[in-house]
Amino acid sequence: MKAFLSGAAFIGGRLLQALLVMLAILVIAFAVRQSLGDPLREIMGQAVPESERAELRRQLGLDAPWPVQLAGYLSRAATGDLGTSIIYKKPTVEVVLAKFPASFELVLGASLVVLLLAVPGGVYCAVRPQTFRARLILGLSVLGISVPVFLTGIFLITVFAVWLDWLPAFGRGQTIDLGVWQTGLLTRDGLAHLVLPALTLSSIMLPLFIRLVRGAMLDELGHDYVRTARAKGASPLRVWTVHALRNALLPLVAVGGLQVGTLIAYTLLTETVFQWPGMGFLFLEAVTRADIPLITTYLVLVGLLFVIVNTLVDLLSLALDPRVSLEGAR
Amino acid sequence: MSAGVREVNTRAFATFATARPGAVLAGIVLGLVALAAFFAPLIAPQDPFDLAGFDLLDAELPPIWQEGSDPRFMVGTDAQGRDLFSAILYGTRISLLVGLLAVAIQAALGVSLGLLAGYFGGRVDSLVTRLADIQLSLSTLMMAIIAMALVRAGLGGEALSRLAVPLLVIVIGLAEWPIFARTARAATLVETSKDYIRAARALGGSDLAIVHRHILPNILSPLVVIATTQVAGAIMAEAALSFLGLGMPVTKPSLGTLIRSGYDLMFAGTWWVTVLPGLMLIGLLISINVLGDALRDWLDPRARGR
Repeated sequence: MKAFLSGAAFIGGRLLQALLVMLAILVIAFAVRQSLGDPLREIMGQAVPESERAELRRQLGLDAPWPVQLAGYLSRAATGDLGTSIIYKKPTVEVVLAKFPASFELVLGASLVVLLLAVPGGVYCAVRPQTFRARLILGLSVLGISVPVFLTGIFLITVFAVWLDWLPAFGRGQTIDLGVWQTGLLTRDGLAHLVLPALTLSSIMLPLFIRLVRGAMLDELGHDYVRTARAKGASPLRVWTVHALRNALLPLVAVGGLQVGTLIAYTLLTETVFQWPGMGFLFLEAVTRADIPLITTYLVLVGLLFVIVNTLVDLLSLALDPRVSLEGAR
Repeated sequence: MSAGVREVNTRAFATFATARPGAVLAGIVLGLVALAAFFAPLIAPQDPFDLAGFDLLDAELPPIWQEGSDPRFMVGTDAQGRDLFSAILYGTRISLLVGLLAVAIQAALGVSLGLLAGYFGGRVDSLVTRLADIQLSLSTLMMAIIAMALVRAGLGGEALSRLAVPLLVIVIGLAEWPIFARTARAATLVETSKDYIRAARALGGSDLAIVHRHILPNILSPLVVIATTQVAGAIMAEAALSFLGLGMPVTKPSLGTLIRSGYDLMFAGTWWVTVLPGLMLIGLLISINVLGDALRDWLDPRARGR
C-alpha cells in the first residue's frame, strides 16, 4: 500500500512538473511573439494607414497591459489556438500538425534501423570484445560520430540515388491520405523515399546506442546472476538475450528519452538535405520568411512533444523498475 | 632531475606513438590544417570575403584535374566565381575560431561552476547540478538552432550576417558548459577530500588560493580531454547551423556555408563546391576525435579500452 501511494505521488508529481514546464514554454513563446512579432501584420499586411492600425489595435485588445494579453494567449492556447500563420493564412497549429506525420514516419524509420542494428551490434561487442568484428563496429561508430549528419545524407544520395540509381533522393514520394494522417508507409514509392533519410538520421544515433548497449551489457555480464544462469546450464545465447539484455535495456529507455531534443535537431538537418516536407522543413521556411506565429507554434509543439516523451519515459522506467525511479523521486 | 623526468616522458611518448600511429597521423593532419588556417591571409591567392575581387565569368570552374578548368583556381570556383581553395582556407579558419572560442566559454563557465559546486558543496552544489541537468536535457544543438532562428527572424538576415561570428560563439559556448561543470565537480570532490587540501586549509590558505593553486592543476587532465572532443562538437554545431542557413552568411562562408551553397548545384555536376569543403570538415573532425581518444588513453590509462 505504501509503495502504491509513493508510486501515485511520483506519477502526480511528474504530471504536475510536466504542466509547469509547458506553462513556462508558453510564457516564453508569448514573450517572443511580443518582442518580435507584430500581430497586425498577420491580419492586415503592411500597407494600412496608422490611424486604422491604432483603431484595430484597440479593438483587438492589443493595447492592453501585457499580463492581460498573456492571460488571453494562455487561455486561447488551452483551446488549441496559437495564432494564425502569416505565410499560410491558416491556424498555425493546423499548419504544423499537418507536417507531423512526415517527421514522425522519418523518426520511426530511423528508430527501427537503430533498434535492429544497435542492439545486436552492441551485444556482439560486449560478448566478443576482442574480435576483429567488434573492433570494426566500434571503429566505424567513431567515424559515425565524426561525420556530420548532412554529409552522411549527401553521401548516401550520391551513391544510391545518383550513381546506382536504386533509390529516390528527394521528398516523400506517393502518400495516402488517411483522413488526419498522410502516410507514405503504405505505398512502395513512399517506402522507397523513406529509406535514405531514415538511414541518414539513424547514422547519428547508431554510434551512441551501440556504445550504450555495449556498456550496459558489459555491466550486466559481470553480475552474479549471469554466472548462476550459466552454471544452471542455460545456453550462452539464452543468458545473453533473456537474462542480461533484458536488464541492460532498462537504462537505455531513460537515456533514449534524453535524446529526444537531439533527435528533433537532427531530424531538422535530415529534412533539409532530403527536402522532406516535415515539421523541421516548415520551421526553416517560417524562419526565412519571419513568420513569428508559425515559429512560436512550432517551438510550443516541439516543447510539448519533448515534455510528453520525457514524462512517458519516467513513467515507463517506473513500470519497468520501481526501485530506480522512486529513489530518484525522493 | 628534471632532465631525467623529461627523458622518461619522451620515451613513454615514443612507445605510445608507435602503439597509436593513427593518433600521430591525426596530430600531423590537424597541425597542418591549423597552420594553413592561421596563415590563410598569406597562403590564399584571393580574399574570399571581398565580393568585388571575383568575377562571375569565373563561376563554377572545375578543379584543375578536370576538363575546362583554369590554372588560376587549383580546386575550382563556386557559383560566384570565388576561388574555392581560398574559401576553404578561410572557412576552416572560421570553423576553428568559432570552435575554440566557444569551447573557451564553455570551459570558463563550466569549470568555475564545477569548482564552486565541488569545493563548497551543499546548496551551491545542488543548484549547479540541477541547472546542469536541465541544460543537458534540452539538447544543445536544438537550443542553438532555436536561438539563431529567433535572432534571424527578429533582426533579419542582414543583422545576422554581421553578428554571425560572435553570436555563434556565444550560442554554442553557452550551450554545453554542463559537460565541463560535471567533470570539474567530480574531480574537485575527489581532490577536496584528500589530506593535502585539509593541510592547506589548516595552514590558513584562503579558499581562492587553495582552489587556484592546488585543486585546479590537479583536475586539469580530464578537462583537457573533454575540451578536445568539445572543440569537435562545437565545429560540428557551427557547420550544422551554417548548413541550415542559420550561421555564417554566403558573403563570409564557413565550411558549413560552402557545403550548403554548393549543395544546390551538386547534382547538376558542380560537385566540388560541396564535396571538397565536406572532406575538409570530416578530416578536421576525425583528426580531433582520434587525437582526443589518444589523449584520454595517454592522460588516463585506466579508461583505456572503454
